[in-house]
Amino acid sequence: MTAPLHKDSWQYRQLNALNPGLQTLSDGLTDLVEEGHPVLACTADLQYSNGLSKFAEAHPDRFLQFGISEQNMVSAAAGMAAAGSMPFVATFASFLALLCCEQIRTDVAYSALPVRLVGHHTGISLGFYGTSHHATEDIAIMRSIADLTVVAPADNAQLRAAIRASANHAQPIYFRIGRGRDPDVYDEDAPFEFGKAISHGNGEDLTIIATGSMVHPALEAAQSLRAEGRSVGFLDMHTIKPLDRDAILKAAGYSRAIMTVEEHTVLGGLGGAVAEVLADEGAGCRLIRHGIEDEYSLIAPPTHLYAHYRLDADGIAARAREALG
Amino acid sequence: MTSTQPAARIPKTGALSPDHLKYLKERALFCRLETVRLIQIAKVGHYTSVFSCAEIFAALYYDTMRLKPGVPDWEDRDRFTMGKGHAAVGLYPILADLGFFDPALLDGYTKLGNPLGDHPDMRKVPGVDFSSGSIGHAISGALGMVLAGRAQGRDFHAFALVGDGEMQEGQVWEAALSAAHHEAANLTVIVDRNGYQLDGNVDDVIGVEDLTAKWQAFGWDVHRVDGHDMTALATLLRQVRADTNRTRPCCIIADTVKGKGVSYMETEPGWHLGYLAPEDEARAIAEIKQGAGL
Repeated sequence: MTAPLHKDSWQYRQLNALNPGLQTLSDGLTDLVEEGHPVLACTADLQYSNGLSKFAEAHPDRFLQFGISEQNMVSAAAGMAAAGSMPFVATFASFLALLCCEQIRTDVAYSALPVRLVGHHTGISLGFYGTSHHATEDIAIMRSIADLTVVAPADNAQLRAAIRASANHAQPIYFRIGRGRDPDVYDEDAPFEFGKAISHGNGEDLTIIATGSMVHPALEAAQSLRAEGRSVGFLDMHTIKPLDRDAILKAAGYSRAIMTVEEHTVLGGLGGAVAEVLADEGAGCRLIRHGIEDEYSLIAPPTHLYAHYRLDADGIAARAREALG
Repeated sequence: MTSTQPAARIPKTGALSPDHLKYLKERALFCRLETVRLIQIAKVGHYTSVFSCAEIFAALYYDTMRLKPGVPDWEDRDRFTMGKGHAAVGLYPILADLGFFDPALLDGYTKLGNPLGDHPDMRKVPGVDFSSGSIGHAISGALGMVLAGRAQGRDFHAFALVGDGEMQEGQVWEAALSAAHHEAANLTVIVDRNGYQLDGNVDDVIGVEDLTAKWQAFGWDVHRVDGHDMTALATLLRQVRADTNRTRPCCIIADTVKGKGVSYMETEPGWHLGYLAPEDEARAIAEIKQGAGL
């Protein structure tokens, strides 16, 4: 055997095993198993990318490997739910929400089967792996499907809380999650309820409404705007469907402007959903939808992309300053 | 076009000359070495996915396919689609070498603003015939090209390189059915049978054999070849390309080794994605050169 490799060399199984964020999905499912729920975990050749390898090791009889057959996996999960199990299917969000859209609509949601769909590595987090791997349309697609709950946790603690809360949720759920590297926003015991936005303060100049992996950088942006003397409110809109309309209308009452922040096209996602509420209710509040414009995302290392699209803390703050003048 | 347009490279037939065989082996070596170099720029990449198909890339682009170097959009060129798009890092240096784009672009691999990403993009990279990234689309894409060529009175061929894990994707078999039905004889699929996919050994994840019997049952001519034996591989591809009497599409199952050329990569599926620090890169290069058969 040759000499051992240098410490900077790596292969992805070793690297992923060191990423604690990737264990959250497995840990959340183990919570449910321990509570006695009939969990089945399904993957499509990505168990080391979504961390389900840990669950597979702990509960091999509850782990199902489908190989590269995502549509097959989603329809099979519908069958599992129809037979009384609690299936969680996980794969890249680009494949789950786009490739499997029809299976999700017809087999899962229309059939009112409580399948849990976990789309991971969402938004532009897959960087230079290609625009094919970016999921910047999944909120818009998933929220147009009736009776499907759409939730984008901000961090690992919120993901685990959402998984725990899902045990008593009758509807199918689309979880939109990152790559397990989102910085912590919440403590382990932070409250979580589907459909209830979490307020991080009210503001007269602006309310920022962010979802998923944008919550942390948008909170940082809010802090820097406040440090400049601006009055800035903040809502973590972890559930995009059903949307917390009351929280949005309350913010429209407090603030002169609302800015939505999402790692998603500005069409039809969080910004679109908030726009619908404001228009429906005749709330005369200016809305700035910050996200990816109606275009295909570029490729680059993720941090370079977040800077390019102004979806890091500095970029979000700059966009707010531009809007507020 | 202008009169300075280069001549088409017409596919050869018959036996390979010793000189040409050596040349093809050199191009496969070039593909592997450039892959190592580009991944050093990106700091992450799919070494092993390229190493299993480096001979296939070299045989297709430097021997089998009808091309015009420097003219990536020539309408009568043979087409290439790639289901295992994550091996594009090994294709880009070849496309640049054929004059389809400026080789200097390679130096900015995966950087913001550079067209070369982990998966190939036909709207950004001259010479890429079909974008990929979502597994399972490549045979359908190649089939469409062949059907369009037939409708236009063109006789170009289309080659689709797919992974063995890719055989798990339903669309592969939809394409297999329709290609046979449409008698798409100008379509050749090459299955890079390297035995591994992201989650492990293909036969442990979701078994795909008996591949020969499956493709035959779908109405295809099937050949099985050692995908690293350049003589056998290139000779077979010449025969398939030149055979105008076929009515059936052709599937070549190329038995390969994932990570071929770097010993520790050949035995550890985790190397599907990874990075070699410069200290280890030199050792890998030495191994690759030693195993090139030159």
